[in-house]
Amino acid sequence: MEFVDTLINILNSTIRVSVPLLLACLAGLYSERAGIFDIGLEGKMLAGAFAGAAAAAVYGSAWIGLGMAVLVSVALALVHGFASITHRGNQIVSGVAINFIAAGSTIILGQAWFNQGGRTPSLPPEGRFGSNTLPFAEELRGVPVIGQIYSGLLSGHSLLAYAAFLAVPFTWWVLFRTRFGLRLRAVGENPAAVDTAGISVTWLRYRAVICTGILTGLAGSYMSLSQNAGFVKDMSAGRGFIALAALIFAKWRPVPAMFACLLFGFLDAMAIRYQGIALPMIGKIPVQFMQALPYVLTVILLAGFIGKAIPPRAGGVPYVKER
Amino acid sequence: MSNPYAKLPAWADYGLIPLINLLVAFFVAGLVVLLVGENPFHAAVILVDGAFGSGQGIAYTLYYATNFIFTGLAVAVAFHCGLFNIGGEGQAYIAGLGVALVALTFDSVLPWWLTFPLAVLGAAAFGALWALIPAYLQAKRGSHIVITTIMFNFIAASIMVYMLVDVLKPRGSMAPQTRQLLEGAQLPKLGWILSEFGLTVRPSAPLNLTFLLALLMAFLVWVLIWRTKLGYEIRTMGFSPKAARYAGISEARIIIITMMISGALAGMMALNPIMGDQYRLSLDFVAGAGFVGIAVALMGRSHPVGIVPAAILFGMLYQGGAELAFEMPNISRDMIVIIQGLVILFAGALEHMFRPWVQAVFASFSPRSVGMNQPKGERA
Amino acid sequence: MAEAAIELVGINKSFGTVHANRDINLVIERGSILGIVGENGAGKSTLMSILYGFYQADSGEIKVGGKPVSIKTPNDAIALGIGMVHQHFMLVQNFSVIENIILGAEHEALLKRSIANARSELDRLEHEYGLEVDPDAIIEELPVGLQQRVEILKALYRGAEILILDEPTGVLTPAEADHLFRILRQLKEQGKTIVLITHKLREIMAITDTVSVMRQGTVVATRKTSETTVEELAELMVGRRVLLRVEKGEANPAAVKLSVSNLTVKDSRGVTMVKDVSFDVRGGEIVGIAGVAGNGQSELIEAISGIRRAVSGSVLLDGSPIDVTGHADPGELRDRGLAHVPEDRHHVGLVLAFEESENSILGYHDKPQYLKGPFLDIESIRTDAKAKIAKFDIRPPNDRLRTANFSGGNQQKIVLAREMEQDPGVLIVGQPTRGVDVGAIEFIHKQLIAMRDSGKAVLLVSVELDEIRSLSDRILVMFDGRVVGERSPDATEGELGLLMAGVEKLEAAE
Repeated sequence: MEFVDTLINILNSTIRVSVPLLLACLAGLYSERAGIFDIGLEGKMLAGAFAGAAAAAVYGSAWIGLGMAVLVSVALALVHGFASITHRGNQIVSGVAINFIAAGSTIILGQAWFNQGGRTPSLPPEGRFGSNTLPFAEELRGVPVIGQIYSGLLSGHSLLAYAAFLAVPFTWWVLFRTRFGLRLRAVGENPAAVDTAGISVTWLRYRAVICTGILTGLAGSYMSLSQNAGFVKDMSAGRGFIALAALIFAKWRPVPAMFACLLFGFLDAMAIRYQGIALPMIGKIPVQFMQALPYVLTVILLAGFIGKAIPPRAGGVPYVKER
Repeated sequence: MSNPYAKLPAWADYGLIPLINLLVAFFVAGLVVLLVGENPFHAAVILVDGAFGSGQGIAYTLYYATNFIFTGLAVAVAFHCGLFNIGGEGQAYIAGLGVALVALTFDSVLPWWLTFPLAVLGAAAFGALWALIPAYLQAKRGSHIVITTIMFNFIAASIMVYMLVDVLKPRGSMAPQTRQLLEGAQLPKLGWILSEFGLTVRPSAPLNLTFLLALLMAFLVWVLIWRTKLGYEIRTMGFSPKAARYAGISEARIIIITMMISGALAGMMALNPIMGDQYRLSLDFVAGAGFVGIAVALMGRSHPVGIVPAAILFGMLYQGGAELAFEMPNISRDMIVIIQGLVILFAGALEHMFRPWVQAVFASFSPRSVGMNQPKGERA
Repeated sequence: MAEAAIELVGINKSFGTVHANRDINLVIERGSILGIVGENGAGKSTLMSILYGFYQADSGEIKVGGKPVSIKTPNDAIALGIGMVHQHFMLVQNFSVIENIILGAEHEALLKRSIANARSELDRLEHEYGLEVDPDAIIEELPVGLQQRVEILKALYRGAEILILDEPTGVLTPAEADHLFRILRQLKEQGKTIVLITHKLREIMAITDTVSVMRQGTVVATRKTSETTVEELAELMVGRRVLLRVEKGEANPAAVKLSVSNLTVKDSRGVTMVKDVSFDVRGGEIVGIAGVAGNGQSELIEAISGIRRAVSGSVLLDGSPIDVTGHADPGELRDRGLAHVPEDRHHVGLVLAFEESENSILGYHDKPQYLKGPFLDIESIRTDAKAKIAKFDIRPPNDRLRTANFSGGNQQKIVLAREMEQDPGVLIVGQPTRGVDVGAIEFIHKQLIAMRDSGKAVLLVSVELDEIRSLSDRILVMFDGRVVGERSPDATEGELGLLMAGVEKLEAAE
């Protein structure tokens, strides 16, 4: 019985830490599937988190915070688009730049506006997305296993968490069942085919980076409006890069992306819970090992030792109409 | 419509356009300063004064610049081969281990001038090895080096935390750092040189011998890239892999060697804080210098003659930024991170944004100088 | 006479100083197959790209169905019922056939109905024209012939009434090509109008109703196919140009220096481009390989010079083998006396960002005379470069100038000087005068003759028939990856033109 409780506990925190990863990962998916590499997920998440918390603090509304977060993330995504689509700049360089601009300006503006050492004020409950209890969660708590899973694992998350997991089938549906998705996938593979079919490569790619902006805004909002009660400097702490790793790990597909994020989230949850506790047979596993595992796994995957991660063919290459 | 690299006079290409890009970056940074309610011109004065207004300030500026020269050179060497090494941060971090191992082993038995060369080798070797794996994977298995070096930064961070917390931390100590290094691993300061010029520098000012090593490396990188056969091969590969293949240059070999040199250069950055200032290996000692190297290399156009001043500029921002934070509490040192980002954006990703405009200006003076001098029949 | 599906009136198009299309007038009759033939660079593809909205003509008018139209984008062309099958297929490799078909022609935001529509439409097209293809197959798993069929289906699905095919048989096997022709005939019977761009006269004779010949950007003649002959077309295509005469004496062929046997090479897409080619080159002779671009010449010389790995076959250099199917290394071949002037000097033969002197050692940068230990001997490199500049009259005579700033002719001289001055036994030259001004052409030709007269073996590849004829001592003609004939330089243009167009015997054309 205690084992089930522990397990549910771990899985519950797995879900919590997976949510921002998942949102950021899906964000990256839209952009990279359209052929625009984005290593600036981290920066956009961070900027979104800050903008969300700042707006929520000032206006006392989580929804205004959310809107602001999305707005700012989209703005940064458009900068990335401007550099890499319109000006055909180096997408990696542009992503790096956006990470720095976000990291610096969140702290500077936070300090200037709120004077709390780069934090935003602690948010009141109406400024946050609190936990939502699913119907009958309390009543079913006593039912062994199924009830425990329902009330302990599935219930009690914030709206954004549910949105994140709903975004997975939605993204799948968009990608594989809509005209927009078809064109998006095509432009990441062979922009010339899209161009000769009479579709604007530029506008299509801009729409893709806007999707990325929206989702990184949600990821940021989750961090500052749900997971925490406000913004703390550098609160994304590399999650944008883990999301990138998860995206590669999932080979740029939405459903595997969810499992990759859950896996990486699980490793994180385990690392937090079992800090320095010795496991039978294996002995003590350093917590840092668990933290590094997502990156190590991704490198091994990239090296082609377990399957092969083939990125969208036109990824990272600006489209130039051939003469 | 025609090629985006239409011809401009060399001075415009290498001087004017980078300058415009840089000015725009600082202009936008100025807007941020305005946004937080301060006067950007006043801020600039405080910044420059804090960095160069006193001997002490200059010593700090050059101390920071030392780090950035190393990491800037590291990024630049890789750029010359057409590779983007984002892993300087991790390579420098791991190299700290190499420095610490040498220093902790010999600091009680050898004088600093014997420990130092060994530590340089240790730093270079560890940095190079940390770059070797991504390089090998790129050369032999086609794994995108940008992604692998990013991953290796995080792996390096985990390893270093583990090493410092569980292995290198002296018994009974709480702080995750090694013991204090003894005199045999403490590099001489260079503050006295500034004193010679009549400036006041306190003995604690961190500018140390590593600065000269950085300048030496800048020179050696210039020699390597423009004066050696290897450098010739690296540049050929960077400009045109097809031409390299035609010239009988092995792609895999050049990628691996270039990345190891790049890693070694990034690694040497570890000497500066560990043996020159803090006298111990501590958590997060790299503090983003690896990433600043990207901005420095882009700004310096991957040439040592550009990299050294770019590094000093960023050194100035770091040192002056500290002073600025003191005078204007609203502007912390994180302002530099913004400027860094803006420099990377405008000097890197948007480097050609103002080119058409500059070309138009040039064309209005002399229509023949701009892109019009394409030789006949070139298009056929 | 049937009504005109398309009328082109006075079309002009220039790229920089190159006049790619000059006053073109062309009438394409509805329900007919028009062939457009011409050598490389004759302006065929440019003209069709204008028709498909890729480029805008500088002047002139396009009429579709008698009405003047403006075609600014491929979208406009599609709306007017013009479809194009590109030489390099515009397909998304990891998409299914049906996804490729509907891309850009989806009727609504959700795909479900578009896919259902496309399925029934495909079904219909399959019955009507015999265009069978599995709608759920993934493109990259299909053979090239079927991929092309998908391109045709794409155009038909969009309601194309006029179908332009750009070199459609370049990647097809003969059987696939025959099948394609059957399909085209059927399309014609259904009233579609077809424009076939090709350089293969056999195809023109086999399938077209009318043929227009393009040369140097203009339409030089339009004939009813039934009223013309391959000889006439070949002559029109190459034209009666004044042969650039180069002073040269009799060749004195000596021992075989380069011997190629049964060489087979694939390109990067996996298409076999060189098929079982064998020939010898002796010291003291120039062997020219004639052929329209894309018939395997490039891959052939790349394989011999160690840049591209061959599938099978062997090559002997001075009697000892080159490991062409394994680890042939261009550097090692240079040491053995094989020099190579590549076809693409911009990306292969030169590094345009380098200074002139740096390019003057590319590939020879590890020779001891240019090195002092691991360092470049700048002094010696520059002295050497200056000597070459003087000898080859490279202008401006500045060894520090960026190579990109030299004219095409002078860039080519930089490459030639580098490769010739190393005194190689064998010289492979690809397109030595492409994009080179007239003055430099003469100079380059003289240098090649001088190489021959000093007893070197020269293998010359050029799409300029003139050049091949005036320089070569023996001419091999390549077509579709094979050497289809050997002729002496006295062979007429018509005869060579026929070979280049894949007509081996005159009877075959009848």
